[in-house]
Amino acid sequence: MAISLDKAFGIHPDALALRMKRSEVLSSNIANADTPGYKAKDFDFQAALSGAKKQYTSSMTRTHEKHMSVTSSIDSSLQFRTPSQPDTGDGNTVELQQERMEFLKNQLGYNASIQFLTGRIKGIKNALKGGQG
Amino acid sequence: MSLFNIFDISATSMEAQSVRLNTTASNLSNANNVSSSIDQTYRARHPVFSAELDRATANMNDSAAVGVKVVGVVESDKPLLIEYNPNHPMADDKGYIYKPNVNVVEEMANMISASRSYETGIQIADAAKKMMSRTLRLGQGT
Repeated sequence: MAISLDKAFGIHPDALALRMKRSEVLSSNIANADTPGYKAKDFDFQAALSGAKKQYTSSMTRTHEKHMSVTSSIDSSLQFRTPSQPDTGDGNTVELQQERMEFLKNQLGYNASIQFLTGRIKGIKNALKGGQG
Repeated sequence: MSLFNIFDISATSMEAQSVRLNTTASNLSNANNVSSSIDQTYRARHPVFSAELDRATANMNDSAAVGVKVVGVVESDKPLLIEYNPNHPMADDKGYIYKPNVNVVEEMANMISASRSYETGIQIADAAKKMMSRTLRLGQGT
């Protein structure tokens, strides 16, 4: 049985990429906390991850050069956040405390993904060495 | 890599906030300037922020995250404080002196808000740095 490297890492590389993307969006929200008219954005992590998972499982191999390659990209459609407080008059919908918490949570999720990946790498290394040394 | 963009975004945010701090400092230090004509009187200055649009239109993939751009600095249209004070050395022919339209309380609130936002920018950049260094150390020491 051959070890397939993309399968060995599972969902975690996709999750990591999404976490990176999300941290960028959240940092943009935080940076624009004082910009009039800016609307806070975010994407549904769950939906995006299931989109990424689908792409991961439905990988097709091209058997003929005239076949079209099927790649479904990660569904990271951005949505606007619904503010919990009424507009203060400048049209800005960033709620700093919420964005900070989301950023923090996202960072922890990122660290968790890194941790999982490290575990997988450890496992593969162990398997390659056959438990020696 | 998206994490690099966070540094850019934080940098634009910090730059914008430092412009805001600069104008606030200018307003506060000129708050007590007295002059003898309307034209020469200092007027409160405020920066105008806008989300950095050019990056959003140039590259659709990056439209998700945008930095802050200082579009310009505008002078306040609030009426100046005109005071009748004929004994003042700066008084004009009719005995009036003109004071800037700086609201010191408003400026102090602005200053606190700007310095907090600046700190937040630094914290976000620091968080991105930590995330990146963890990524770079991925798989080491296993």
